[in-house]
Amino acid sequence: MTAKTLFHKIWERHVVTQQPNSPAVLYVDLHLVHEVTSPQAFSGLRNRNLKVRQPSKTVATIDHGVPTRSEDGSKIGRLAFADEMSVRQIRQLEANCDEFGIPLYGMQSENQGIVHVIGPELGLTQPGMTIVCGDSHTATHGAFGALAFGIGSSEVEHVLATQCLLQWQPKTCAVNIEGELSPGVTAKDVILALIRKIGVGGGVGYVFEYRGPAVQAMTMEERMTLCNMTIEAGARAGLVAPDQKTFDYLAGRVFAPKGEEWERSLARWKELVTDEGAVFDHEVTLEVSDLEPVVTFGINPGMSIPVNGKLPDPNTVGDEAQKGGLQKALDYMGLTAGQQLLGHPVDVVFIGSCTNGRISDLRLAATLLKGRKIAPQMRVLVVPGSYSVKRQAEAEGLDQIFKEAGAEWREPGCSMCIAMNGDQLEPGQYAVSTSNRNFEGRQGKGGRTFLASPLTAAATALTGKITDPRTLMQP
Amino acid sequence: MNKFTLLKSRAVLLPLDHVDTDQIIPARFLKVTDKTGLGEKLFSDWRYLPDGSPKPDFVLNKPESRGAAILVAGDNFGCGSSREHAPWALTGFGFRAIISTSFADIFRNNALKNGLLPVVVSPDYYHSLLRRLENEPQSELEIDLGTQTLKVAGEPVAYFPIDDFSKTCLLNGVDELGYLLGLEEQISAYEKSQMAV
Ligand code: SF4
Repeated sequence: MTAKTLFHKIWERHVVTQQPNSPAVLYVDLHLVHEVTSPQAFSGLRNRNLKVRQPSKTVATIDHGVPTRSEDGSKIGRLAFADEMSVRQIRQLEANCDEFGIPLYGMQSENQGIVHVIGPELGLTQPGMTIVCGDSHTATHGAFGALAFGIGSSEVEHVLATQCLLQWQPKTCAVNIEGELSPGVTAKDVILALIRKIGVGGGVGYVFEYRGPAVQAMTMEERMTLCNMTIEAGARAGLVAPDQKTFDYLAGRVFAPKGEEWERSLARWKELVTDEGAVFDHEVTLEVSDLEPVVTFGINPGMSIPVNGKLPDPNTVGDEAQKGGLQKALDYMGLTAGQQLLGHPVDVVFIGSCTNGRISDLRLAATLLKGRKIAPQMRVLVVPGSYSVKRQAEAEGLDQIFKEAGAEWREPGCSMCIAMNGDQLEPGQYAVSTSNRNFEGRQGKGGRTFLASPLTAAATALTGKITDPRTLMQP
Repeated sequence: MNKFTLLKSRAVLLPLDHVDTDQIIPARFLKVTDKTGLGEKLFSDWRYLPDGSPKPDFVLNKPESRGAAILVAGDNFGCGSSREHAPWALTGFGFRAIISTSFADIFRNNALKNGLLPVVVSPDYYHSLLRRLENEPQSELEIDLGTQTLKVAGEPVAYFPIDDFSKTCLLNGVDELGYLLGLEEQISAYEKSQMAV
């Protein structure tokens, strides 16, 4: 038998058929749906008089547009929506799920949360699956050895109607993460460093498999952070081969297999590794032993420097387009070539999103915020990725740590990651954000985003300026 | 879906790399539940002043951009989110084709499903096309999907790649869902085979 990569094993098992000169028809095991990219797909079904083929393989949640300010800090209860259109969009998803028989973790549900946070948390995300969602950060689920990627609304309609997608087979790239992370350096820093190395278009056409000692050492939540931002390098999906950590994480979760079924699944999941001698189309290696915390300075996630570094000079980089791109970024961000980011004033800190809104992220932030106060004038939002994360954080007293430090403790949702729900930057404001995109205006029109880890974000919250978290950590 | 066969038009130049979907259509306009009206919001933050009036120096607001159906843009166009609102906004404005040196995967898929043709050219061709159009902005480009060629007076003919399946869909204005629905038997057989595992 020929040696196969993990990707090939999953792919081959899901090809329903492939006609000559046509893309493969790929079967989808789990389809996640949210309010923003689905309404047109449901309308399409209605126009053609179609049903949802497999409502039981479809799960919906409401996350992008929900308000995250609670009326009463402890209970499920939300303040006003940003606007009527958000309300309409959310009502429409509720009506669509009702009409087509799709389970919905809606605003009243105790399991509501960001789609990429609740999938793993409920045990819906399992090794070897194909998972799609009308959302590019679907790559997150690859942390479990599932082939997971984002699709557009037309494709959402295709999957709703046929449980299948037309896909050309992507190429494979092994991403070897070598070495051991030092204290204060996180999975977020690793993925930012990787995107800097290969560029925001460096992964186009590929599925990544993250391997090597640093990946093996990561917890499941860290692996999710790593896979989450795969799309920011342009790659469709990122995979980590499942191992004992994956199985331990899944055991006992609501939708994880039970009893004999668990044993059978486990046997299958253990086969999900790249065989010795399997060939990748491409290979990249990142050594992380000397990695420092990373902060972005520009307008795409590839524009970053070590927290203690200096900004690059457009006059010393590549071709005209790169010079122009870098200068445009510095202009938008109000920064100068050669300057340090360390000590740069910041107005808002946002801790949350599908990249860093899980319990381990909140715990990390809390280690620095505990017993301290955030800087005066500073606005700090801590937004848990789901109700389950929120409950866990409250059980551990993290909410108290955040509130006593002066931060706002919010209800779950995407919040200021995408600024659709009223949580947003004012024009010109600077934010350090644990989310995944620093595109112009992403966190509010005219807002300026520095992406960083939860540790760097918390350190910055305390000082009011970009800070190396290692200087505030207990030895 | 509209058929795409031959397109003759002037082009709008946006020679920036990594134009992301948040610029093409900012997230605050994603609250719609249909596909209409997004053309007016295309590149909104680059195109309008805070008071809502057009920024005179932004390329889409220049008189010569009016009626142009081709956008020429830098590398990795459409990176970022999976929002199909991006091609809806581009087609809503009137674009039918985009010329670049590369496209982000999801954007490319979304564009093809909306009769918006992604035309990939070599970096050399891209740069000489840019220079030509900067000097002769009134030049008409001709994109022939059947022969997969791009022509503009004074430049050599460029061939662009596209897979046969997408090409056939575009030429005939067929959408992929019809094709998938036609495979009902195979899909059912696959589902049965999986239940047995
Ligand atoms: S948290 Fe941000 S990136 Fe993640 S799904 Fe929500 S909007 Fe998208």
